[in-house]
Amino acid sequence: MKRALWTLAVLLSHWRRHPMQLATLLIGLISATALWSGVQALNQQARSSYDRAAATFGGTRTAMLVARSGASFPQQLFVDLRRAGWPVSPVLEGRIQIEGRSFRLLGIEPVTLPAEVGNAPTVGKADLQSFMTPPGAMLVAPETLSDLKLAEGARPEANGGALLPPLRVQPNLVPGVLVVDIGIAQSLLKMPDQLSRLLIGKTAGRHAPLESIAGDVLRLVEPDAETDLERLTDSFHLNLTAFGFLSFFVGLFIVNSAIGLAFEQRLPVLRTLRACGVSARMLNAVLVLELVSLALIAGLMGLVCGYFIADALLPDVAASLRGLYGAQIPGHLTLKPQWWFAGVAISVLGALAAAAASLTKALRLPLLATAQPFAWQQAQRRWLTYQSALALAAFAAAACFLRFGDSLISGFAVLAALMLGAALILPMFLEFMLSLGQRYARAPVSVWFWADSRQQLSGLSLALMALLLALSVNVGVSTMVESFSRTFLVWLDGRLAADVYVNAANDAQADEIRAWLRERPEVEAVLPGARADTQLAGAPIEVLGLPDHATYRDNWPLLQSTENAWIKLRPGNAALVSEQLARRLHLSVGDRIEVPASGGNWPLDVVGIYADYGNPKGQIAVNFAALTRRFPEIPLTRMGLRVAPDKIPTLISALQEKFALGDRNVADQATMKAESTRIFNRTFAVTAALNAFTLGVAGVALLTSLLTLANSRLPQLAPLWAMGITRRRLAVIELLKTMSVALITTIFALPLGLLVAWCLLAIVNVKAFGWRLPFHVFPTQLLWLTGVAMAAALAAAALPVIRLARMQPASLIRIFANER
Amino acid sequence: MKGSGPITRRGFIGGTLLAGFGGKAFAQGFAGLGESADGFASVVPGRTFAFPADHGPHPEFRIEWWYVTANLADANGVAYGAQWTLFRQAIAAGGPQEGWANQQIWMGHAAVTRADTHRVSQTFARGGVGQAGVDAKPFHAWIDSWEMRGLDPVNDDNIAPLQLKASGSDFSYALRLGAERPLVLQGDGGYSRKSLREQASYYYSQPHYKATGILTIDDKAVDVTGMAWLDREWSSQPLASDQSGWDWLSLHFNSGDKLMLYRMRQTDGQHYGSGKWIAPDGKTELLASADITMTPLAFTEIEKRKIPTTWRIAIPRRALSIECTPLNARSWMGTSFPYWEGPISFAGSHAGLGYLEMTGY
Repeated sequence: MKRALWTLAVLLSHWRRHPMQLATLLIGLISATALWSGVQALNQQARSSYDRAAATFGGTRTAMLVARSGASFPQQLFVDLRRAGWPVSPVLEGRIQIEGRSFRLLGIEPVTLPAEVGNAPTVGKADLQSFMTPPGAMLVAPETLSDLKLAEGARPEANGGALLPPLRVQPNLVPGVLVVDIGIAQSLLKMPDQLSRLLIGKTAGRHAPLESIAGDVLRLVEPDAETDLERLTDSFHLNLTAFGFLSFFVGLFIVNSAIGLAFEQRLPVLRTLRACGVSARMLNAVLVLELVSLALIAGLMGLVCGYFIADALLPDVAASLRGLYGAQIPGHLTLKPQWWFAGVAISVLGALAAAAASLTKALRLPLLATAQPFAWQQAQRRWLTYQSALALAAFAAAACFLRFGDSLISGFAVLAALMLGAALILPMFLEFMLSLGQRYARAPVSVWFWADSRQQLSGLSLALMALLLALSVNVGVSTMVESFSRTFLVWLDGRLAADVYVNAANDAQADEIRAWLRERPEVEAVLPGARADTQLAGAPIEVLGLPDHATYRDNWPLLQSTENAWIKLRPGNAALVSEQLARRLHLSVGDRIEVPASGGNWPLDVVGIYADYGNPKGQIAVNFAALTRRFPEIPLTRMGLRVAPDKIPTLISALQEKFALGDRNVADQATMKAESTRIFNRTFAVTAALNAFTLGVAGVALLTSLLTLANSRLPQLAPLWAMGITRRRLAVIELLKTMSVALITTIFALPLGLLVAWCLLAIVNVKAFGWRLPFHVFPTQLLWLTGVAMAAALAAAALPVIRLARMQPASLIRIFANER
Repeated sequence: MKGSGPITRRGFIGGTLLAGFGGKAFAQGFAGLGESADGFASVVPGRTFAFPADHGPHPEFRIEWWYVTANLADANGVAYGAQWTLFRQAIAAGGPQEGWANQQIWMGHAAVTRADTHRVSQTFARGGVGQAGVDAKPFHAWIDSWEMRGLDPVNDDNIAPLQLKASGSDFSYALRLGAERPLVLQGDGGYSRKSLREQASYYYSQPHYKATGILTIDDKAVDVTGMAWLDREWSSQPLASDQSGWDWLSLHFNSGDKLMLYRMRQTDGQHYGSGKWIAPDGKTELLASADITMTPLAFTEIEKRKIPTTWRIAIPRRALSIECTPLNARSWMGTSFPYWEGPISFAGSHAGLGYLEMTGY
């Protein structure tokens, strides 16, 4: 035991003499753990809020009965089913507006609510009574309460004047949902004796078949372990996880080279210890102990950093998820104990994996020093061949995934295999380029330059691979983001064609506004708008009513259409379908769909497909007049105005003043565009941030590799110095070498990055969001990234090069001493 | 819920019903309810009962129940017990409201007992929408698919014949209850005192049912016959603050006599007892606290509670001294709030079958 402690003390003394090395090792471990656990924290946060959503009184975790028509159904069916032994509990769902904001209102029946309905709020005794008896109570998540800027117990007023029940906080509720008693919900939503669904409790018992009680009005929806939100947001989380993993991987490169360097430098010490009688087993055990302790410390620090990264990124992640999928994520990070444990574990495991090679070497360390193996060239050739074979296998796998895969996972698999293959083939590519250089070199120093660069490959290749991966992901992601924002802006211009948008509080006010607008000379046209919600193929869709007006015909962007699609829309038997919906249901122009409407199914011919970026729901667009005929109950409160541009501000303020409309209910085109663009920019803010992190980590990896190499390469450089090449010149040559391999890597990364971008646009986006964006190349961006990469290489190379330039001649001479 | 305070005779008083939802919160909220009954009607002596109207609900009172227990046996002489209970509780005073605004909450308990098993089921409902309720004429009490229905033509003074049905996930029964004799007003003309203070309830029984039907346990159905007992009781404040629970018995003597007995356990050890002897000729005798001695003989430990499942009962005035043993000592009603209720047999100076209920342990 004492011997072990002494051995540990001897080994640890190394770090005291080389604090930079210790710092590098820790930075590697910290950055690996930080990004990985940060991303995990974000994912965990999001997942737990999906769980909350799923468990909110008949999310997808509970079996339920819903109307086949997708509409509400009479309450008597609930009573009939109960009387026939069905353990059902009624739910009514609708939307309600408070101060212009829309909320999901859920009416539940606490007495029959199945006990196993997830983390349903516990209605205590006193609570139950006050929940059910007037004025009732409205359960909200703490986030909703602060959104409303109200205190618990306050009674907000709904748009339309109804006084809502006093607010009561229910911590495990999902934000954006208001929960009231079923009876209160029926009166608030003006749906007396109507229900939206029946939750089925798990209590088994005899009950009559469904059809014998409810006819064909209701259908059974089986519980689903995975929620809709989870399915929708899978891509997003996969994306985050991929980035986290990439950073972890790159971080381990740093750890690997730092440990390699430390090991290289401690070889004499290790030998001395062995000679003093420390067994190989104990030496190894102490080395592992040292490593694990360092990994624990670094892991904890990494977790703290990870927490801050996650906390900083959370608002953007939440905004993205809300914008893309309508998922509500609370703004405060809550972490489970497993997260801390997993973070530390991954740090330790990563450190051990990164140190595996060095540890094996220590175990097999010969007691007496032997000559360094100079058969490196042979070894390197074998290694190159082996890696290239692996690379080819990875490419083949990528091709297979591309050919046969049809899912989001396979899309990511294509990406992963492609990048792995490219990383593995990189040394071969570099070897080829460098030997090409060597062949055309004439002067002895330049021949040496190329040959020595080749010799360095095995030491640098890991760091270069990291650089390649980080760069190509950067190119890929920024190309995608740029393509997206360009397409999106053009699309938004067409989509927001009216100049002013008005949303009245109710139909009566809408009539007043229309009458008032008719008197205003600056208003060129009033375009009515309306929206109905229904279901198609089991999923909710929106039906948009577009008036027959030149504004739409001229501006509304169509991806595909028949001839005269807009004219065909007029009679009300044709529809335009959003791209997402078309892809999901495999619809194309000329197909026919049947949309459930209030008065029965509505058959519609698909005459066009339009882009509908950022909408999580499927959507179809039909003629406005036809929509109001088929869905007579929908509110007609929306309108778009064509107004002379210079009159817009005065019209808006006149509208606001006259009808007491808030900012949410009247907006001009520019404001709407700015708002939409802002939401979409945030969507990619996370990706961009992770991108930058990864590139930074890759830079550190390169630096540590170079530091490691600089030390072990003195035997190669000292003879040149002895032959008369100055240290300065040597330093310049070293710098040039680093820059040239970095440049070759970057050049290799550019086409790879474009390939990644293509995969993202053509495979991953289509699977994840349901839309495909046109692929653009942005040369200035590529140039800029090349510049960044070279700057990173320069920064990484600077320290070892300066050190070389200033090296004491004595150090170089010592290379020739025999006691080395 | 253990130790959360008083639990009434039928294990049901304002708030208790809601225990399933409330946990601890209920204990404090409920403790006060034993004392006051603001807004609800009071139980006073000298009420005149009217049937069939009184078979129906009395929503001006806080709590009410329709309670049937049956001692049954199959053709081989294997003994069974069956319990069917519908509880009503008002969560707020005032005239009954329409639809979901109705203030009544209903709870159903059903159980079957055999020497080797005891099966329990419970269900809840809100009033006002039709999931549960009681109609006085034609008599019909129901919750979900459970029901107690008067069979045409129903005799309102006997409240017979009745069809009784209930089912759980692992049992069910359907019984026909017939009775030739009129029902019996408990206590003093239906006014049943529960303490030396004003705690009381309106209480009548039909102890004379003959039962036939089918009882199913684990999908195995048996034909059964036997005797059943209906209790109807309603009140607004049935328990004193110093009463912790209740031991209650209904006994069918082989001689044709019937006996109802209860003992309200008080924290000061001065238990308040009462009973009614019903002779075969219809004559009844009210028994006072001093007439009755109830002594636990053996205990069964269930869910860390010590339950007295064997009793010696002595009523010197009637020369009665018997020992009661349970058919199944583990007749535990593990419902939202738990209690013990199951069939018993007794021997000694008299012999017969009956039901024992114990709450508040």
